[in-house]
Amino acid sequence: MDALLLSRVQFALTTVYHFLFVPVTLGLSIFVALLETGSLVTKTYAMRDRLRKLAKFFGGLFLINFAMGVVTGIVQEFHFGMNWSEYSRFMGDIFGAPLALEALTAFFLESTFLGLWMFGWDRLSPKLHCLTIWIVALGSNLSAFWILTANSFMQHPVGYAISNGRAEMTDFLALVTNPYVHGEFGHALLAGVSTAGFLVLAISAWKLLYDRESRAAFELSLKAAVVYTMVGLMGTMGVGHFHTQYLAEANPMKLSAMEALWETENPAPFTVMAVINEDEHKNDMAIEIPALFSFMLYNKPEGEVKGMNDLHQELVAKYGQGDYYPDVTGLFFSFRIMIGVGGLMAAITALLGLLAWRRKLLDFPIVLKLVQVLFFLPFIANSVGWYIAEAGRQPWIVVGLQKTADAVSPNLTAGEVGLTIAGFTAVYLVLIAVAVGIGFRHIYNTKIAED
Amino acid sequence: MDLNTIWFVLIGVLFAGFFLLEGFDYGVGMVSMLATNDDTERRMMLRTITPVWDGNEVWMLTAGGATFAAFPHVYATMFSGMYLALFLMLIGLILRGVAFEFRDKLEDIKWRRLWDMAIFIGSALPAFLWGVAVANLVSGMKIDANMIYAGTFFDLLTPGTIIGGAAFLLVFAFHGAAYLNMRLGRYALQEKIKALALKLGLLAAVFYLMFAFGMYACTGLLSTTMPLVLIGLAVVAFVAAMVLMKAGLYGGSFAGTAAAVLFTTAGIFGGLFPNILISSLNPAWSLNIYNASSTPYTLSIMTGAACVFVPIVLIYQGMAYWHFRGTITEADIEGNHY
Repeated sequence: MDALLLSRVQFALTTVYHFLFVPVTLGLSIFVALLETGSLVTKTYAMRDRLRKLAKFFGGLFLINFAMGVVTGIVQEFHFGMNWSEYSRFMGDIFGAPLALEALTAFFLESTFLGLWMFGWDRLSPKLHCLTIWIVALGSNLSAFWILTANSFMQHPVGYAISNGRAEMTDFLALVTNPYVHGEFGHALLAGVSTAGFLVLAISAWKLLYDRESRAAFELSLKAAVVYTMVGLMGTMGVGHFHTQYLAEANPMKLSAMEALWETENPAPFTVMAVINEDEHKNDMAIEIPALFSFMLYNKPEGEVKGMNDLHQELVAKYGQGDYYPDVTGLFFSFRIMIGVGGLMAAITALLGLLAWRRKLLDFPIVLKLVQVLFFLPFIANSVGWYIAEAGRQPWIVVGLQKTADAVSPNLTAGEVGLTIAGFTAVYLVLIAVAVGIGFRHIYNTKIAED
Repeated sequence: MDLNTIWFVLIGVLFAGFFLLEGFDYGVGMVSMLATNDDTERRMMLRTITPVWDGNEVWMLTAGGATFAAFPHVYATMFSGMYLALFLMLIGLILRGVAFEFRDKLEDIKWRRLWDMAIFIGSALPAFLWGVAVANLVSGMKIDANMIYAGTFFDLLTPGTIIGGAAFLLVFAFHGAAYLNMRLGRYALQEKIKALALKLGLLAAVFYLMFAFGMYACTGLLSTTMPLVLIGLAVVAFVAAMVLMKAGLYGGSFAGTAAAVLFTTAGIFGGLFPNILISSLNPAWSLNIYNASSTPYTLSIMTGAACVFVPIVLIYQGMAYWHFRGTITEADIEGNHY
């Protein structure tokens, strides 16, 4: 393996690892803020106390997760220069700005106010304390906005000109209002809500079953999380739907690869399952629902969708000879896994909601156990989601402007990158074990009894 | 002043803020492990920075991000050139960051010693490596005609740059000791830290003078008056800090080390100007504020953002420090396991 491939592997590993924690930060910060706000606005003492203790409990988990997100995020910022110096040169005029703004407007907010929140339970007035966690939530989500603004440019460049051998920003406003950002940011934020909500469901279900003392509190958090998760999931799917429609104009190759659509069709079918033959650029076998793909894109059962083979010819005409097919098999199945997992999460959440509404949660412990066992589902969806986003733009690092192969640092050797992969992997494996262990301990040991 | 110069100054300010704030964080991380083995005392010492260290570290991230935005070639050349050094620094920063969160979660003493070790390494290693990195900026790196680093990891570690690394590490350690003694409310502990700090300070002064002399004799950085005066002021401030430490005037001592850190950063940046990365292969291949910069458009957008947000950050971070002012006693670490 060469330094290029290893650099790609390393970036993929560290990004996916970092993004195990990011959605939890995005969603759990808001959830904790909501709990704490609830404790301020409810009237009865018992409820106030319960919500406050829940905010503290989930806040404790939030802190562990946040620490992991922060330390793995630093690696990401350094990576661009370390492994992708030619990308940094080519794109710095555009990419550096949102990154600097992320640090300046978001990182300072979240880190400073999280310090105040952590140590402020007894030092700040309840309202001021509640405000600090809202500011943390704002900072975290603002940070997601900036980095996704940067990422959106890579997927769909806007507001730039190529001169002096690099991409130069000509319109900052176009950069931040890139329609691609709406889809990515909305999808990521709501996926964060779903992830955190589902995690709260799993934890609450466990406490309901096995921690009799804390039952009342965790029944409350479970109910809150049913609503929260459902809002997140419906939102994620809705934004995902519109973003997919938008891909038809912004990034058709990615879209057709996600559907393994080789030839242009009108109306285009939705492929449920396929045996993909990437060598011959066709599907050896496919189960299709006629016209459904066109319907999904255009809200009517007709409309042309360009196949990859035609798109490829266009790309060859535009950019010269080359292989412009992304990893079709990976994208096709990732997309299906993402949707399937989302659907499964929605079904489980709805079932929990129904049982909670009928006050029959404890009569069906199997459902409570199911959500515990399947707590990892959102992490799968998030990871394959990023795979779709990033593998879908290959062979480009910035679609149409720079190829991934031209972006890697030219001075790196395979040995150096191999060494750092080994180092990061070892440290990351140890840390996740410790973080999960401490998290479980926190869940196990914290009791929320009624006074 | 043109935009390029403004951004050179601004990045200098960000690095100065980073060295000033995270400098004492690193110092606290080192000194709290060296000064005592007692867990309560260690917790008191760490408690002086736990609410604020993360915000301090953002100064580094902002300095890095701003370098990327304003001088992308510098970011690209420096970060790819210092690849393995930065990898080691990242490992240190990762361990340190989680250690603050993890160490107090278990009462077990072995567990805590383990994470204390992580805090020590995670503080000492980045402190040393930043010193090495700055010394490389000062001495020049093997940068070729295409702005690409042509040396190896070991070319970055010369006797001169190791002296620079040691100087940074020791100055930060003393800086942290001064901060600790300013913040702590336990006489016996302060005395231990003071005794340690005076030894470290002496070493720091020796290494710093070697570093400064090397800069004077072997590079052109101190050939103009201003940088020379600034480095001289840094030496004076540091000596004053040591005298004040000995006298038990810890607030003054901290002010002295803070001034030393700021004067040093200003002196080095002033000496480099208008270069940022000097090529030791051919001076014409150096990266300066013009050939390495972003476009005037991007720089002007970023200038606007910096004018709005830097003051806001300073205000609320200042407020956070104000909120957490006062001496740390045993009462502060009772009952909370953070």
